[in-house]
Amino acid sequence: MSADFRSTPVIALTTVGAWLLAVLWVLPLLYGFWTAFHPAEFAARFDLSAPWTLDNFRRVWDAAPFSRYFLNTFFLVSLILVCQFVICTMAAYAFVCFPFRGSEILFMLVLVQLMIMPEVLLVENYRTLSRIGLLDTTLGIALPYLASAFGIFLFRQTFKSIPKELEEAARLEGANALQILLRVFVPVAKPTYIAYGLVTVSYHWNNFLWPLVVTNSVETRPITVGLQVFATVEQGVDWSLVTAATLLSVTPLLVAFLLFQRQFVQSFMRAGIR
Amino acid sequence: MKASRNALYGGLLLLPAAVLLWTFTYQPILGTIVDSLFSTARGKRPAVFVGLDQYQRMIDDPVFWKAMGNNLVYALTTIPLSMALALMMALLVNSHLRGQAAVRMAYFTPTILPMVAVANIWLFFYAPDYGLVDRFLQIFGWGGQNLLGMPDTALGALIVITIWKEAGFFMIFYLAALQQISPTLLEAAGLEGASYWQTLRRVILPLLMPTTLFISINAVIGAFRLVDHVVVMTKGAPDNATTLLLFYIYQTGFGYWDTGYAAALTVVLLLILALIALFQFGYVDKKVHYR
Repeated sequence: MSADFRSTPVIALTTVGAWLLAVLWVLPLLYGFWTAFHPAEFAARFDLSAPWTLDNFRRVWDAAPFSRYFLNTFFLVSLILVCQFVICTMAAYAFVCFPFRGSEILFMLVLVQLMIMPEVLLVENYRTLSRIGLLDTTLGIALPYLASAFGIFLFRQTFKSIPKELEEAARLEGANALQILLRVFVPVAKPTYIAYGLVTVSYHWNNFLWPLVVTNSVETRPITVGLQVFATVEQGVDWSLVTAATLLSVTPLLVAFLLFQRQFVQSFMRAGIR
Repeated sequence: MKASRNALYGGLLLLPAAVLLWTFTYQPILGTIVDSLFSTARGKRPAVFVGLDQYQRMIDDPVFWKAMGNNLVYALTTIPLSMALALMMALLVNSHLRGQAAVRMAYFTPTILPMVAVANIWLFFYAPDYGLVDRFLQIFGWGGQNLLGMPDTALGALIVITIWKEAGFFMIFYLAALQQISPTLLEAAGLEGASYWQTLRRVILPLLMPTTLFISINAVIGAFRLVDHVVVMTKGAPDNATTLLLFYIYQTGFGYWDTGYAAALTVVLLLILALIALFQFGYVDKKVHYR
């Protein structure tokens, strides 16, 4: 929309409106921030002279094994990311370069998972995990997500847009199927990998219900479940501790987001347009 | 020769994905349907075939209907409101605005936070007497209320959070679509003497239609898939006023360990999602996206 059809007062008005909405949108976060960095008696009282403190964070860090939770989440997300990249790349490559009778139908079947995500089937998946003895393990949390229909779909779209000539040229130079994949397809699809990677990292960093069901110990709990366990104990007792724990748990992702804001937004756009 | 080579390579490449999808998507879908026809095994009593008894029980179960009703209200409020807000945000951010990047970031930030964290922060805002929301309401003389504890307001309180969290996410898709609209089209509208509102209604909104459909399908799935805030904030209380379908499944399966009944409830959820899928493949794909 160009500004052509807007008069100056209208522009001023929209700017004010946009900013008001923006302030309203971050206000909850700022308020949580305030509470976390001040002594408990200022939890709900806004007073500019209130002393700032890191005490809440120190107490939270001592009260629950947050470092372990972070480590668990880090392992979980890395495991999922690497496996999804490999598995989805292989499947997408098969759909694009090695079509066979019925592979179109198989692809349609894959798309079912776009609608029916693993968490919807949590009761059955829990039984499956218990049968194969993977309850309360990081691998167990990850398994249902490793073959992602979304990933396969996205990579297939990208691979399909790569000109056949590139593939042919590599083949003429004597490259085999694996070399073609690694030297032609993957490099060209790099932006898609980054986009998908950011989307999947934030999804699994934030995922809660399935890990809550599967995990049962400090050694496996991701940060979201750890935060909930902590908050359930503390709730109604000390809001400054709960908000400090909450801020602590979102800090890594939030910092990453603020640093790579442009990439994040563009990745979500790219993954969404498809 | 090429066909058999393709089948071999293709098959091998697809194998890991196929095994995983079978184990954690197709087999559980079939398993859910089968389990819903059996009673729940308890102690030494094994599960026995009970036909449609679980479904009969479901029809007689007021909590199930309550959950369905809640989910309907939840979907019908969160989806249109967050989408309308998202569109407004996208239009604002896309206009020539001072501090555009900062505003866009403000709208988008709630999206990247985990629902668990969001729910915990908002639990504090909703706290009676000293929470931010309650203090605001005190100005109008409605203070001192436990919004999450009253049947009339609890679901609304969750709806507000969902809208706050989702609007920025949907904005991204609208923003992407807006940036693809050719400026010449808008200039042409301007030359014709169209006002801003006319251009919005006659040019921009129709062009955004595919995006709107795409977002609404994602939003509907989301409304049935995300119950983290229910787990954190209310656990379905008070009096099942905030029980959503997936939360009821979770409660039945892992609170009461009644897997047979949980399976029957899951079948209903699967049917709802299948209906959305049919709508998408049958109707939306003809006009829009994918491809």
